[in-house]
Amino acid sequence: MAHIALPEGLPGISSGFAFRPETAKPMRELAHVLLHEPNSLTPGERELIATYVSSQNNCYFCQTSHGAAAACHLGDEDVVRRVKLDFTNAPISSKLKALLAIAGKVQRDGKLVTAEDVKRARDEGASDIEIHDTVLIAAAFCMYNRYVDGLDTWQPHNDGMYTKMGRHLAEKGYLKSSQE
Amino acid sequence: MAFRPETAKPLNELVEVLLRSPNSLTPGERELIATYVSYLNDCHYCQSIHGAIAAAHLDGDEELVRRVKADFQYADISDKLKALLVIASKVQRGGKQVTVEDVASARSAGATDIEIHDTVLIAAAFCMYNRYVDGLATVQPQDEDMYRQRGKMVARDGYVSVSKTYLPVQPTAR
Repeated sequence: MAHIALPEGLPGISSGFAFRPETAKPMRELAHVLLHEPNSLTPGERELIATYVSSQNNCYFCQTSHGAAAACHLGDEDVVRRVKLDFTNAPISSKLKALLAIAGKVQRDGKLVTAEDVKRARDEGASDIEIHDTVLIAAAFCMYNRYVDGLDTWQPHNDGMYTKMGRHLAEKGYLKSSQE
Repeated sequence: MAFRPETAKPLNELVEVLLRSPNSLTPGERELIATYVSYLNDCHYCQSIHGAIAAAHLDGDEELVRRVKADFQYADISDKLKALLVIASKVQRGGKQVTVEDVASARSAGATDIEIHDTVLIAAAFCMYNRYVDGLATVQPQDEDMYRQRGKMVARDGYVSVSKTYLPVQPTAR
């Protein structure tokens, strides 16, 4: 049972969005801009950042649904698992590793990001917008994760459901519910 | 915010709904929740500006804002707001820290489901805004009077309206 009377049968954040459409709208738009709209970082890379932060925050629903979206973009489930386990040894670019290091600091506290972290990302070819978006993706998932867990939403352990949801997110983005 | 107008828009709209749109919790109460979470996250800019906005909503009562930050259990606020601040502080540490008992005590102090929802989301959202502000190492002025003036302006005009002073004009549909 969730902490408040959320609509039944909707998993994770979908139930909070259905409960309060006024806040759902900007939260959906923010995720859509950060993860789906064209950007020099691919959607797959950005979903990996979201997945990694959600796994550091230990949010089952978010790490599984965004992990599924990342796997759908990248056609590779194993890379998602390896990024969560130890991204420094995952088969991803040095730039993405440097950005994940920044995201990991933001997850703990924004003030932990050092000038050296940012310089390393720049040296690997990251642009200011990419660094900005990495910080904001990490910060935003510190919100989404707390929202999903703080309401004690229903988070079923059902791989098929997350695969389907991940495909919807990868193809359609975040403006409309994947549960319709 | 000015660096990336595409993300500034939903960020400003979210804070406008959470802290200013009509709600059974007053804007002053909601700003106190935002200020308290920003204080726990040790974000100088956010706790100063939202503290100033809270004070502006609460007839300039800066002392109340200070007391909520120092120890809200002894501040002159309702039992309902105290119970909601307990939930907010749990969310600040991690959503899973919120217990059934925390929610039950908010309810018995008169909190509705929407108020509990919004408290969780205000606390979660400020875990984002605080990290965004600190993670980019933004300039955070120490001038209290600057925050006081800007706090009055935001309390009067709102977040979306004030954002128009630094965001490019949105093309309007014909």
